[in-house]
Amino acid sequence: MPIVVNGRAVPLPNDPRVSLLDLLRETLHLSGTKVGCNQGACGACTVLVEGERIVSCLALAVQYDGRSVTTIEGLAQGGALHPLQQAFIDHDGFQCGYCTPGQICSAVGMAAEIEAGIPSHVSDDLAQDGFVLTRDELRERMSGNLCRCGAHNGIVDAILEIYGETAR
Amino acid sequence: MKFDRPAGTNPIDRGAVVGRALPRIDGPLKVTGTAPYAYEYHDPAPNAAYGVIVTSGIATGTIDRIHTVDAERAPGVLLVMTHLNAPRMFGKPQEKQNTTSQQSNGNQEQKGKHSAPQLQDAKIKQFGQAVAFVVAETFEQATAAAAMVRVGYINTPGRFSLAAGRASAKPNSKAKDAHVGDFDAAFASAPVKVDVTYSTPNQAQSMMEPHATLAIWSADQLTLYTAHQVMHWSTEGIADTLSIPHEQVRSISAYVGGGFGSKLEVYGDAVLAAAAARQLGRPVKCALTRPQLYNHTTHRPPTIQQVRLAAGHDGRLTATGHRTWTGDQDGERGELASDQTRLMYGGANRSIETLITVLDLPKGGSMRAPGEAAGLLALECAMDELAERLGIDPVELRIRNDVQYDPIKGASRPFSDRKLIECLRDGAAAFGWDRRDPKPGSKRDGRWLVGMGMSAGIRNNMLMPSGTRVTLRPGGTLLVETAMTDIGTGSYTINAQTAAEMLGVPYGRVTIRLGDSALPRASGSGGSWGANSSTAGTYAACVALRTMLAQNAGLPLDAAFADGQITGGGRSVSLASLAASGPVTAEDSMSYGDLTERFAQASFAAHYCEVGVDAVTAEIRVRRMTSAFSAGRILNPVTARSQCIGGMTMGIGAALMEELIVDERFGYFANHDLAEYQVPVHADVPDLDVVFVDSLDDKSSPLKARGIGELGICGVGASVVNAVYNACGVRVRDYPVRLDKLLDRMPAMA
Repeated sequence: MPIVVNGRAVPLPNDPRVSLLDLLRETLHLSGTKVGCNQGACGACTVLVEGERIVSCLALAVQYDGRSVTTIEGLAQGGALHPLQQAFIDHDGFQCGYCTPGQICSAVGMAAEIEAGIPSHVSDDLAQDGFVLTRDELRERMSGNLCRCGAHNGIVDAILEIYGETAR
Repeated sequence: MKFDRPAGTNPIDRGAVVGRALPRIDGPLKVTGTAPYAYEYHDPAPNAAYGVIVTSGIATGTIDRIHTVDAERAPGVLLVMTHLNAPRMFGKPQEKQNTTSQQSNGNQEQKGKHSAPQLQDAKIKQFGQAVAFVVAETFEQATAAAAMVRVGYINTPGRFSLAAGRASAKPNSKAKDAHVGDFDAAFASAPVKVDVTYSTPNQAQSMMEPHATLAIWSADQLTLYTAHQVMHWSTEGIADTLSIPHEQVRSISAYVGGGFGSKLEVYGDAVLAAAAARQLGRPVKCALTRPQLYNHTTHRPPTIQQVRLAAGHDGRLTATGHRTWTGDQDGERGELASDQTRLMYGGANRSIETLITVLDLPKGGSMRAPGEAAGLLALECAMDELAERLGIDPVELRIRNDVQYDPIKGASRPFSDRKLIECLRDGAAAFGWDRRDPKPGSKRDGRWLVGMGMSAGIRNNMLMPSGTRVTLRPGGTLLVETAMTDIGTGSYTINAQTAAEMLGVPYGRVTIRLGDSALPRASGSGGSWGANSSTAGTYAACVALRTMLAQNAGLPLDAAFADGQITGGGRSVSLASLAASGPVTAEDSMSYGDLTERFAQASFAAHYCEVGVDAVTAEIRVRRMTSAFSAGRILNPVTARSQCIGGMTMGIGAALMEELIVDERFGYFANHDLAEYQVPVHADVPDLDVVFVDSLDDKSSPLKARGIGELGICGVGASVVNAVYNACGVRVRDYPVRLDKLLDRMPAMA
């Protein structure tokens, strides 16, 4: 079965060794998703699979047979930026830009985790009914996305603007 | 244009665009993932083959045998290159004794200076050196075949430890040693003194984008899409390595995923992709893998630093001593951690020196603020220790030792604009420094011992020649073109702002192209010189364009350019009308006279940090940080602030976690990936507060700005470590300060 990438069906690669990340970048020329380490340690390759964030470097393309993948290129809707993308610009949540697509996709996935009531290491009560996206929760949940330029403050501000408590 | 006298009033001073907090012009491309980085160009080379480097598994010795037959026969393999079949390449000339590689006045670079020959012989000089290059139709085929290359080495002993090599260290000819007065006598006779030794480890720039290159030949012209900080260093490096004329190489780095000094050099990805592409008659692309790059590319060398400071009871320094031992490959620079102490504080008697020992580790190079970043980690802790011994507040101690002229050269060489005291006071006020209790271990917040610490910072202001071409296009828009790079620094934005201001065109009507060596040669990004130098080049081009347009319009040369109009001599002409029949272009570059010799030029910082140290586990958390910066005119407060918090974040890393761990059996950095070379993550970075001390430095450039890109890291790590001491009373002098270094000395639990 094909993989659906940003709403478009694409065939699986013949070579089972091709990572989902390289399928996107090298075969489909969707270079927005980045190679930071190819080892799952940095989050630059984060994409969304049916709304769930994964590191696409540790995924073989063939594992995602029949699944639906959204990349940074698929977030903007009909020419308009996704609100989170605009927030990143407004808060200068990037410098070199290389971790940025991963940060943005990861944030979208993270917001869905909060909605689904998934706790984190810093959550006070693992069994509570819902979690509020505080700065501490946000930092903990985004720590899988490295940024060497040090744009963390702007990234946090941007994500909070869209997904924080006051945004509800 | 030559900048050889202080700037007067000029069009930049209007401040309608320059100095405004405008969002990045490249922002939409970056947040949509459409900004192309080196490995991501498909249209120019749809049939590119993939190259994978095989790197050395030993640090010193020779290749005894290399088995490539299995790799050559593997599916899809086009070429296996080793020292047995690689084309002849050419290296650096022998370095002269008195050449400093740290400074450059922009003259024609010594031929071969940036060369990086690969696969030339069986000799192994470092772990991570390229020993084979495998090119195949696909990345997977190349990777699989690379694993089939088997190398037998003769491993010889190497020198991998700075501590072990310290005793045989020799004076470092690349350092700026200084001996003034009688240091030994002054130190001996002073009533209050400290003599402390700090160490800093090997560190990695660890930017997010691995080094990568796509090499395309067309007849004898080579085009490289690559990741580099200074375009003409890339072209000259490749050209000299392959022994072809410089004009035959074009390098393009429109977007660079971070550099921090790592991308100032040419490495195996570029050289081998170029060589293989020529041999195959087909484009080749290659990216260093993350695990490869820590040992293949440069890093910040280690230091051991002995700081001796002596003062009277009034806190005024009488003897300032800073001796650094560092290590690097033979002929290389090491980390010049003593040099900033020449300028930082007063004190009539000075002993400033750097010694270097040969290490067979991977070659060192530049990492953000080479020299200052490591040196201030020691100096600013030593000052903290001296303040405690004196019973004087650490901020007050810096204020008392401020000096408005170069302490080595004397009053005849004043600072162009030194606002360290303002930084100290403004930062202290913004942070709430007066709430600090100088007695360590006084404050508790639940499980956390809370402490406050501070430090000062300095970074030399360097200026590099830079050129730009500016075009007024039909319709009244501007096109700005320069080989200048944007490595996350904001060059796209501030150069567009400069042109907009100079020509009176709205920022939104400026198009800018960067990062292509075919465009006017520029300063590139490094040494904090990029923003100030590139905008000065753009200023020069704009002055030339203004002159041309005013003459074309028959207006006086001092006509005003504003709101799309040129106004002067009682007339006003629309800018757009002057390009109605065709674009008008001017190109110029800025070079410099001797103002940096006549005046000491540096940017300054003051850092304030609050940490919590867990009373049981000794875990260290930075709770907040405020830094004040003086860098002349702030060209764009958004991008400037981002550079500063980036440096502050890197300083947190240097203080608490960053270390390339040397395996002394095999001579390599063992923690060569992003899991084990620990950089600050979101959970490590609190809210960072930045305060700018505004001033105009008219001796630096027409923009009246100074370097700021590295200033954020200068000194900040020491504020963290000083805060840790204030929190729990444990003084650690071996960076990084991790909890295991505190544990057995923590105060007993109350």
